[in-house]
Amino acid sequence: MENQKPHGEFGLPPSENYTITVDVPERDHDPDDLWKDSRVFVNIGPTHPAMHGALRMCARLNGETIEKSYCEFGYTHRAKEKLGENRTYHNFIVYTDRLNYCSALINNVTYAMAVERLMGIQVPERAIWIRMICSEMARVIDHLICVGVNALDLGAFSFFLYGFHQREEAYTLIEKLCGARLTTSYTRIGGLMQDAPSGWQKDVKSWVARTREVVREMDQLLTNNRIWCDRTQGVGVFTKEQCMKYSYSGPSARAAGIDRDLRRDQPVMFYRNVEFDIPTGKNGDVFDRYMVRMAEIHQSLNIIAQCADKIQPGPVWSEDKRVRIPDKGVVFNTMEGLIHHFKFFMTGFEVPPGEAYTTFEAANGELGFYIVSKGGPRAHRMRIRGPSVWHYQGLSEMSQGAKIADMVANLGSINIIAGELDR
Amino acid sequence: MTTDIRTPVPTVYGDFGKKYQALWKSQIEALQAKLGSAIQEVRWPGAYPTDVPIIYVVSSSILSVLQELKEGVENNYDFLSDLTATDEEIEPRFEVIYNLASVASGSRIRVKVRLREGDEIPSATGLWTGANWAEREVWDMFGIKFSGHPDLRRILMDERWEGHPLRKDYPLRGYQIFPDTQPIHVELLKD
Repeated sequence: MENQKPHGEFGLPPSENYTITVDVPERDHDPDDLWKDSRVFVNIGPTHPAMHGALRMCARLNGETIEKSYCEFGYTHRAKEKLGENRTYHNFIVYTDRLNYCSALINNVTYAMAVERLMGIQVPERAIWIRMICSEMARVIDHLICVGVNALDLGAFSFFLYGFHQREEAYTLIEKLCGARLTTSYTRIGGLMQDAPSGWQKDVKSWVARTREVVREMDQLLTNNRIWCDRTQGVGVFTKEQCMKYSYSGPSARAAGIDRDLRRDQPVMFYRNVEFDIPTGKNGDVFDRYMVRMAEIHQSLNIIAQCADKIQPGPVWSEDKRVRIPDKGVVFNTMEGLIHHFKFFMTGFEVPPGEAYTTFEAANGELGFYIVSKGGPRAHRMRIRGPSVWHYQGLSEMSQGAKIADMVANLGSINIIAGELDR
Repeated sequence: MTTDIRTPVPTVYGDFGKKYQALWKSQIEALQAKLGSAIQEVRWPGAYPTDVPIIYVVSSSILSVLQELKEGVENNYDFLSDLTATDEEIEPRFEVIYNLASVASGSRIRVKVRLREGDEIPSATGLWTGANWAEREVWDMFGIKFSGHPDLRRILMDERWEGHPLRKDYPLRGYQIFPDTQPIHVELLKD
């Protein structure tokens, strides 16, 4: 036997005799049939730790890239607008806390302003100053949560804890005001539930000083961090035109260069009497939104310090008999006071016919209450314009072509609060 | 020092009405000169209890009025602040409301369209993409259809829900229970 390799070096027959065919089944390239392709459909949410609240995004993924997606919400819908038509104006105050629960005081203040505007009530000066401090404190809390959770989603845990500690300190101050930390219900139509305790301004000022330091420290910790910059710069870009198309407002719009702040453009309360800057960004990416929020915290702290200097003692509730809840001494000792109290809580006060769309710069953007009154103690229509709805709508376009991990960064940076989104 | 609480505080609500009075006048005059047949009625803040002028528009020409306000008039209203509706209970039953704002001047204006039950109104998604969800919400809550809307589904309620909750004749109590969440719409995820 000849010990000879019959077919060349690799044991294969010479190729001129026949051709090798590899039996590969031909792939079905029907573009309409997605299941036979490499793409998968993924439900992100409704309950997922990366989605802030019960939000759902249905995405078509190609590997890790989101090719197309749509968002769904409404899992915590509590029919607030219907409740607004079936509760008295006074009763509805507690429902406003549960809108944006990270900055409940701003919702309280805006709602009170909306009803006061319909009734033509003037609020005493001290109440306005306290309302301004409350609003700015709520804004600081909201921004601390937003940047903290955004960084937490991207892996920066200690940054979040710094902010969370200051937030707890702020809640202690709010607790001194109204006894509640999260769901405050502090404002009343025509004023405030009660005056600030003595020495509160001093506590506020020392909190402002401490928070300034902490925010500076947070800034040093994260802003120039290489990983943070890589994860956020150029990610989730939403240009000026896109922002206008989707009605973006607040820090998300300012990050794209839209110089619009309702505290300056449409000043209510005493915002004309305090000095503050409005930081704007340029690129409209996640990093700019973070920077705008960090700069706004400093501005808000400045406003709080100015308010705490200017505040004077005085009444905190309008003397208007329609909206003023009678003092307990009067209620328990006089018949008229008791009847007044009973009528106030059982029937509610009348609001004259009219309509107004009252807006205020909330922490996330333009918060609006469109109230239509046809007379009587209940609203005919109570429309709540939450900024989160309009921001969440842009998330699909913002995340198109991005990775899932970038979608998480985008979602954190526009600060969607499910309470305000679903109402 | 205590202040007398009866002293009017001018900065409480801002001087919103006074500041924009002249601007509103010129804008609405220009609008009436151009699209006079589309405008049914204008309600001014002094004569009616409202904060900004309300322009009542015929539903068929709503898009041209919005387009004119968005691009035509001076200090144009380029920001769709809100889109909603009310149920007036008497015919014409519904009013669709557009709250517009101007980024440049800070001015605001309101456009309303009266609709009978079953009437359709053209969708504003061509002018503002963001009107999409607001219109879906109006359809969900009031049952007003927007013609030309790209994807008119329910938004807050489940897609299998029956009835339109913000109508005044909708019952305040009741249940509609579904065994599972709504499925993925594969057709929405195609190119």
